[in-house]
Amino acid sequence: MHRKTYVRSRINGEDMEFLCEPRQSLLECLRDIVGLTGTKEGCNDGNCGACTVILDGRIVTSCLVLGVEAHDKEITTIEGIAAGSSLHPIQQAFLENAALQCGICTPGFIVATKALLDQEPNPSEERIRFWLANNLCRCTGYDKIVRAVMDAASKTQEAKA
Amino acid sequence: MSTTDYEHSVVLVTQKYDVVGTRPIRHDGVDKVTGRALYGADFQTAGLLYGRILRSPHAHARIKSIDTSKAETYPGVRAVVTAKDFPLMESNEILTLGELIVNLKHLRSNVLASDKVLYKGQPVAGVAAANQHVAEEALGLIEVEYEVLPPVVTVLDALKEDTPILHENLRTEEFGQKADKASNVASHFQHRLGDVEKGFADADVVIEREFHTKTVHQGYIEPHNATCFWNKDGKVTIWCSTQGPFEVKDATAYVLGLNVSDVKLVPMEIGGGFGGKFEPYGEPVAVLLSRKTGHAVKIVMTRAEEFESTGPTPGSYIKVKMGATKEGKIIAAQAYLAYEAGAFPGSPVDLGALCVFGPYDIPNVLIDGLDVVVNKPKTAAYRAPGVTNASFASETVIDELAKGLKIDPLEFRLLNAAKEGTRRADGVAYSGIGCVEVMEALKGHPHWMAPLEGPNRGRGIALGYWMNGGGPSSCTIKVNADGTVNLSEGSPDIGGTRTSVAMQAAEVLGIPAEDVHPTVVDTDAVGYTTGTGGSSVTFKTGWAAYEAAQDVRRQMIERIAMIWDVAPDSLELNKGMFLSKSNSELKMTFKELAAQLEQTGGPIVGCGNVQPSGIGGAFAGCIADVEVDPETGKVDIRRFTVVQDAGKAIHPSYVEGQMQGGSVQGIGWALNEEYYMSESGQMMNSSLLDYRMPISLDLPMIDTVIVEVPNPGHPFGVRGVGEVSIIAPPAAIANAIYNAVGIRMDRLPMNPGAIMEAIWEKQREQKK
Repeated sequence: MHRKTYVRSRINGEDMEFLCEPRQSLLECLRDIVGLTGTKEGCNDGNCGACTVILDGRIVTSCLVLGVEAHDKEITTIEGIAAGSSLHPIQQAFLENAALQCGICTPGFIVATKALLDQEPNPSEERIRFWLANNLCRCTGYDKIVRAVMDAASKTQEAKA
Repeated sequence: MSTTDYEHSVVLVTQKYDVVGTRPIRHDGVDKVTGRALYGADFQTAGLLYGRILRSPHAHARIKSIDTSKAETYPGVRAVVTAKDFPLMESNEILTLGELIVNLKHLRSNVLASDKVLYKGQPVAGVAAANQHVAEEALGLIEVEYEVLPPVVTVLDALKEDTPILHENLRTEEFGQKADKASNVASHFQHRLGDVEKGFADADVVIEREFHTKTVHQGYIEPHNATCFWNKDGKVTIWCSTQGPFEVKDATAYVLGLNVSDVKLVPMEIGGGFGGKFEPYGEPVAVLLSRKTGHAVKIVMTRAEEFESTGPTPGSYIKVKMGATKEGKIIAAQAYLAYEAGAFPGSPVDLGALCVFGPYDIPNVLIDGLDVVVNKPKTAAYRAPGVTNASFASETVIDELAKGLKIDPLEFRLLNAAKEGTRRADGVAYSGIGCVEVMEALKGHPHWMAPLEGPNRGRGIALGYWMNGGGPSSCTIKVNADGTVNLSEGSPDIGGTRTSVAMQAAEVLGIPAEDVHPTVVDTDAVGYTTGTGGSSVTFKTGWAAYEAAQDVRRQMIERIAMIWDVAPDSLELNKGMFLSKSNSELKMTFKELAAQLEQTGGPIVGCGNVQPSGIGGAFAGCIADVEVDPETGKVDIRRFTVVQDAGKAIHPSYVEGQMQGGSVQGIGWALNEEYYMSESGQMMNSSLLDYRMPISLDLPMIDTVIVEVPNPGHPFGVRGVGEVSIIAPPAAIANAIYNAVGIRMDRLPMNPGAIMEAIWEKQREQKK
C-alpha cells in the first residue's frame, strides 16, 4: 500500500479534505473517496469527456488530473451545478429538449456547457459543436444536445434582459 | 411539468390520445441531469473489494499452465480465481440471451478460458484486492505459459483450405446435417424463394458485386461493470448495468451451476448498450471472487477491455447479385453472407439474411448465410444485428441497377416496395407495414427536392428493414392514496422507456403521465422479462403496462360498484373519471376513489403479464448529402434526413432520439469505425482516440420524419423504434459518394484512405 497524501480542495462551494495515493486520479478521488459519483468514467484516458469537471474555472477531464493536483484548488462537478432546490437552466433545457437517452455522458456535457455559457453567453451552433467536441455521446447523435445548449443560452439571455 | 413545442413531423396521424403522442419530461430526468442517478460503477457497499481480470495477450494459443502463487501472496490481494474454480460440469446446453443464442460451454470459456484462448483479451484469471491498483499490479504476477498458435483474423482467411482451426470439435452444420471434419464454418443455411436462376435469365440488367466490412463496436460510453456478493446462505446478488437482467442472472447461475432462484440481479442505471450488454462477462468471475473472500467484489472494465473483450459486431464478406427488367421490376436477388462470429459461433448472419432484401417485393430470391469463427472477440448484438452489413451491399447494388436503367433511385425502390402480403425469402408474409409510406415520405421531403450545388457534392438514399423483437414481459401497478400510481417493470431503461411505458398506463387510467411513477425493479420483484433489445420495450413492456392498468381499472370499477351498490358493468372509466352509464349523478374521479381504497376493502395492485405476438417490423430510410474532398478523401455529411415508421410514436421526442442516434451510429460505421487488426490478431486502435466515433463537430442536425402506420398487433399500434435507423446510412452515404465523385464504394469504412484508393483506381482505369 502506498502512503497517502493530504489534499484540501473547495468542491462545489464547500471546503473538503481527503487523503489519496499520489497515483490516484482526481476522478477516482471524487468518486471513490469523496463519494461524488455523478462524474462518470468512460475511458480513463481523456477521450470521452464523461468525467469533465471545472477546475479553477477551466474544464478538465478529471481522469487526466491527479488527486494531489487538486490541492488548494476549486472544483465544480455535476453535483454543484444546480443552485439550492431548483435546476440550473442548462439542466432544465436538457430535460425539455430530451437531450439525454442513457444519461451517462450527460454530467460531462452539462459541466462543459456551463463553462461555455459562463464565458460565451450566446454561442453559435458551430461554436457549440466545437466546444463539445471532446464530449462523446453515443445515443443521441448530438442533435438534441446542441439544441438544448442553444435553448439554455437563449433562456439565460432572456432571463437577464 | 411542461412539454416542449416541436414542429410535429408526423406524416400519418392515427388515433387521438390524451397522453400517448405527447412529450412529457422523462421521469428519471432530474436524477440524470444532477448526477444523482446511480449507474453500475457507482455502486458502493461496506467491505467492497475490487477485481481485475488477466487477459490473453495472444489471439490464438493453448494454455499450458497458470501459476497464481505469487499473485496470491502479494500484499493487498484477497483472492485469485481461474477456470479451475468453476464447478465441474459437462454441458453443451444452449441458452437464449436477448437477441442471440449461446452455447453454455462457449459462454464459460468466454468468461474464463481453460485450455485454449481464441482471441486477444480473453479472460484467463481474476484477482480481488483492496483496490484496483493493487489488483492491477497482481495481474502482472500471474504466470501463464502459452503455446502460441497461428491466428485466423478475417472471415476470408477462416474459409480457406488448410487454415488453422479454432475449435477441434466444431463441424459445419449445413442444412441440418453435420459435416465430417472440423471447420471454422459453424453453420451454413439457405433461404430460397421462387427460381432465382430463371429470374436472372429473364432479367434485362443484372449486377453482381462483392463487399467487405470490418468489425465495429457498439461504443456505449459506460464500460461493463459488475458488483457481486455471495452470501453465507449461498444466495448471490449482482448489481450491474445490463440490458438483460434475467438473461445475465440466468446465464451466471448456469455457468456457476446454481439454481436460477439463487441469483438476484439488481439492475443499476445503464449507460448505453446497443445490444452489447446482454452477456455476462465479469459477473461470474466476481461471484467466484466473492465466494472466496466473503466480500462483495466489483469489476469495472477499462475502455481497452471493452474493445478487446466484449462483443463487437461482425466483419463480413458479402456478395449480392440482383436482376431487373427494363421496366424497373426487380425479379431476382441473390446474397451470399459470410459473417465473422468471433471466437465462438453465433454471429447475427441469420438476422442479416432475413432482412437483406426486406424492403422489396422480389419473386425469386436465394440467400446463403455462413457463420464463421475467427480469432477475435465473440460478437454480440448491435442495433439491428447483422443487417447493416447486408443492406450496405444490397442497397448499393439497387442504386447501381436504378442508374443502369436510368430510373430515379427512389422511384425504382417504390416500384419494388414491399407491401402487406409480400413474402420474405424465409417464407414470412408481412402484415400491415409502412414501407411504401416511408418511401413516399422520403419522396415528399423538401430535402429530396432541394437543389444540390457545388463540386464534389452528392446525394444518396437507402432503405432499411428490421423485424423488431418481443418476448415475455411483466408489470405491476399499485394505486396510491393521492391518486398517483407506482409502476414496477423489469425492463432496464436505456433511452426513456420508463416514460414511454408509463404513458401507456396513464392513457388507460386517464391520468397524467407524471402521475405514474415507474421503477425498474430487481429480478426477484417482477415477472420474467426479456431484456431491453430488439426494439422491444415500448412494445412488450408497454403492453404489460397496458394490461396492468386494465387490471387496475377493473378492480377500481369493482370497488366503486360495491361503494355505490351498483353492477360493475354499468360503470366506466373515462378520462380519469368513474361514471355510471345509466345515472349521470354517479361520478367520482380516479383521485377520489384512490383516497378511499384503504377504508373500502384494502389496496389495489394491478398485474400485467404478456408474451405478445403481433410484433410489427419497421422500415426506415435516409437521405444523405455529402461532400468529398478529392485531395484527402475525407467525406463530410452536409445534410441528413431520416424517415422511419414508428407504428405509433408514444413519446415522439425519444422516437426522434432513437432515429438520430441510430443514424449517427450508421454514419460512424460508414465513415470511420473499424477494428484495425494486426496480422497477429492484435487490435491496434483500442482507445476512443483511435477508434474514432462521430463527435458533435462531424455532424449536421439530423432531421427526422416519424411515419405512423399503426402496428395492428399492439393496443396503441406500437412498432419498435430503436434499431432500424442504423441500417441505411452506410449505403446512402456510399450512393451519395458515387453521385459526388463517381466511385462505387464496396467496403466499410469509407475512410479517407479507402476513398483515395478508389479515386486513384478510377483514374488508372480512365488512363487505360
